[in-house]
Amino acid sequence: MNEYELENASRRDFLRKSTLAGGGLVLGFYLNVADSAAKRVAKPATIAESSVFKPNAFIHIAPTGKVTLISKQPEIGQGIKTSLPMIIAEELEVNWLDVQIVQGDLDPIYGSQSAGGSRSTPTNYQEFHKLGATARTMLILAAAEILRVPDTELFAKDSAVHHPASGRQLIYGQLVEKAVSIPVPAPESVKLKDPKDYKLLGTRIGGVDNPAVVSGKPLFGIDVQLPGMLYATYQKCPAFGGKVVSANLDKIKTLPGVKHAFVVEGGNSLKGLLPGVAIVADSTWAAFTARKQLEVVWDEGPAAAQSWAGFSAKAKELSEQAGSEVLRNDGNAKQALEDADKTVEAAYSYPFISHASIEPQNCTAWFKDGGIEIWAPTQNPEAGQKIVTETLGIPKEKITLHITRSGGGFGRRLIPDYIIESAAIAKQVGVPVKLTWTREDDLQHDQFRAGGFHFLKGGLDDKGKLIAWHNHFVTFAHKVVKDGKETLELGSGANLSGDEFPGRWVENCLLEQTPLECNIPMGPWRAPRSNVFAWVFHSFIDELAHAAGRDPLQFRLEILGDKGFIPGTGQQGIPYDVNRMKHVLQHVAEKSEWGKKTFPRGQGQGIAFHFSHLGYIAQVAEVTVSKDGKLKVDRVVVATDIGAQIVNLSGAENQVQGSVIDGLGALMFQELNIEKGRIVQSNFGEYPMIRIADTPMRVDVHFLKTDYPVTGLGEPALPPLAPAVCNAIFAATGVRVRQLPLLRTDLSWS
Amino acid sequence: MSKYTVNVNGTQHTVDVNPDTPLLWVLRDHLNLVGTKFGCGIGQCGACTVHIDGQPTRACLTPISKIGQSRVTTIEGLHPTGEHPLQKVWQELDVPQCGYCQAGQIMTAAALLKKNPRPTDAEIDVELAGNLCRCGTYLRIRAGIHRAAELGVKESI
Repeated sequence: MNEYELENASRRDFLRKSTLAGGGLVLGFYLNVADSAAKRVAKPATIAESSVFKPNAFIHIAPTGKVTLISKQPEIGQGIKTSLPMIIAEELEVNWLDVQIVQGDLDPIYGSQSAGGSRSTPTNYQEFHKLGATARTMLILAAAEILRVPDTELFAKDSAVHHPASGRQLIYGQLVEKAVSIPVPAPESVKLKDPKDYKLLGTRIGGVDNPAVVSGKPLFGIDVQLPGMLYATYQKCPAFGGKVVSANLDKIKTLPGVKHAFVVEGGNSLKGLLPGVAIVADSTWAAFTARKQLEVVWDEGPAAAQSWAGFSAKAKELSEQAGSEVLRNDGNAKQALEDADKTVEAAYSYPFISHASIEPQNCTAWFKDGGIEIWAPTQNPEAGQKIVTETLGIPKEKITLHITRSGGGFGRRLIPDYIIESAAIAKQVGVPVKLTWTREDDLQHDQFRAGGFHFLKGGLDDKGKLIAWHNHFVTFAHKVVKDGKETLELGSGANLSGDEFPGRWVENCLLEQTPLECNIPMGPWRAPRSNVFAWVFHSFIDELAHAAGRDPLQFRLEILGDKGFIPGTGQQGIPYDVNRMKHVLQHVAEKSEWGKKTFPRGQGQGIAFHFSHLGYIAQVAEVTVSKDGKLKVDRVVVATDIGAQIVNLSGAENQVQGSVIDGLGALMFQELNIEKGRIVQSNFGEYPMIRIADTPMRVDVHFLKTDYPVTGLGEPALPPLAPAVCNAIFAATGVRVRQLPLLRTDLSWS
Repeated sequence: MSKYTVNVNGTQHTVDVNPDTPLLWVLRDHLNLVGTKFGCGIGQCGACTVHIDGQPTRACLTPISKIGQSRVTTIEGLHPTGEHPLQKVWQELDVPQCGYCQAGQIMTAAALLKKNPRPTDAEIDVELAGNLCRCGTYLRIRAGIHRAAELGVKESI
């Protein structure tokens, strides 16, 4: 059975073929099968439906011996479509080259299919081991029956079961018919492999879609083509949340290629279907061209009065008052600052930025017979389905959602605004429609990484020990109605936890937070909160270390202290293992020869660490700053502790190096300005991104192997980069960077 | 609307489109060659890089009416069986992360290697300056070009 047939067989057909003709061993197939799923179309994994035994829906072995594994998580460049199936293949004792990976559609049988928070690996790691091991156990039991020997005399290797005593072996394909009748063993009876016997995990495996990527095969959401498809563009109000008063639709409808033009009423949610004008044409270019002649009268609403300059002025004003919320108050920070031998005071700020994935947001939808079929490059297919049900009233069971590869995610595609726009347009036109955002749409209607302002004070005692820390964080919030009352809700990624380092470490610690109301959409951006908090706090810690005349590494080790394991607090403060952090910090210092090298003026090293997404990461950056202020990052050394096993060494290294380069790009260049409630920049010409020449020549990655559970790597290696580089800039030049992006600060020295 | 006959990957295709339609959208929407990507539409990201008579060119800024008799090569036609040294090396070194920009990176790199079979890091940085990679695969892109150069790309294309 090839992939195409597998995708298109209805479950009922598939079961019949499987049982009558011995068509394949589909684990999970033994369970009660819900009828509803059989009615759906184009399911790659038309296997069993059960939330009880979902693990076994992931494996299909054909009588030919071909093994198909389902990838349930969206692939956004983090490598999950390769790494999770590797875990099954390891336990299944199958040759990786024999394995085909198929992307699963949205289906509850797979459990959660959201790819965010670097959670895909930690939440699935153990279960995926069990999946593969269960299948291997059943194949061995099948071989035992066929060979009439005890299963204890058998072992599995290279896609076959071997009986060493007799020298006989049966390849997996030969076992399929028998294995179908073997009861699924109890999970606790299944033995997992000893990690010392791993052949696949920890090796370098290329991405499973690489052959298609390098030859230009259709893969991404934007590549979806359907017969009779039309192409849509959607104009929203430039000022966030504005409504359509009128539009020159009659003229637009006369333009070449235009098939439909209409107003979409939309709602108020910045994460949902916002009001706008849809133009649907017979090609993307016809739609984009017609849009140039679109004239809309908008009711811009309250956003139009908002600007970055206004927010900045307001933040400074607020900083002189008490915060509206106290997040942490240990000891007496104000008194300790008064009593301190030395104090340091500084204000840090960073702008709103875009995710700027190179594949713009897009989605294809086809409304027919009261249901809808959707092809979406999404990190969060469940959210896509939910918003379509809530907004358009299409019941869940009438929504089929195909997860395509995403041309970058970075958190942007967790929010389904572009999916509901596409679905709403498709519902009006009744034929397949692909909505493609222009780059301008993508940059100006992102779910932005929130800007923020930190007003910090630190105190040192006469031995240069950090004894007081006070931060007033001015951040951004939306006005929402809850229980009939208007209230401010902090933006996604715009909330500080009272447990964020160095909260819990400094004896006199006061953390305050005050929200600024805005109408700017905010969403998670790779390593939300951490991507800026690490920069602010590790830059300020560096300032304090220098004020104390201390070595920045030793100063940090002293702050971390001997607290050992710090349990979770119920807030965002999850358990923190100080020893793991000290371990990576010392490791990175050793590998970078911290404190052992001497640098001429204009060159230097900086150090930082951060714990996020369960990963412990420390980095040292080495920079050269020319006299006229041009920065070159020469080398970055990274030490990570993400637990006992790297799944795919190649993918893991890619994630760390990519995080370093991505973090450097955000640090150096990225900035959006806001005027009259809208984004000023419109495309990459005004919104520079990091290019190859600014990439460090070396990014050395060290994975420490520890005894802890395996955790994810899409995000945690990004946050320490910015402070490590800025601390290196200070070491090189004496210039302290307190505002992002870097191009706002003159780095020249003499 | 006007009819244009263009040579793409050695095959003549006739399309009926507006004269200002960029080659990018002719390839993607009319010829179903979707390997050439849309990223910015203003020549800033390089995701749409193709070869026109061997020269790396931004398809998003090239109107169909300007192509005439020129030969257009896209990622789908870079090598008849997808085995250009860069395509092989990109897999060997596992260069892609999301992969969206990689067709453009490969097309730019292929043109570089054709005129300069052993480029230095500095020469790579200059030539690839127009191709954004949001995932940050630049280190492996550099390594991949050096590796393809070692494999003697000049002889094989």
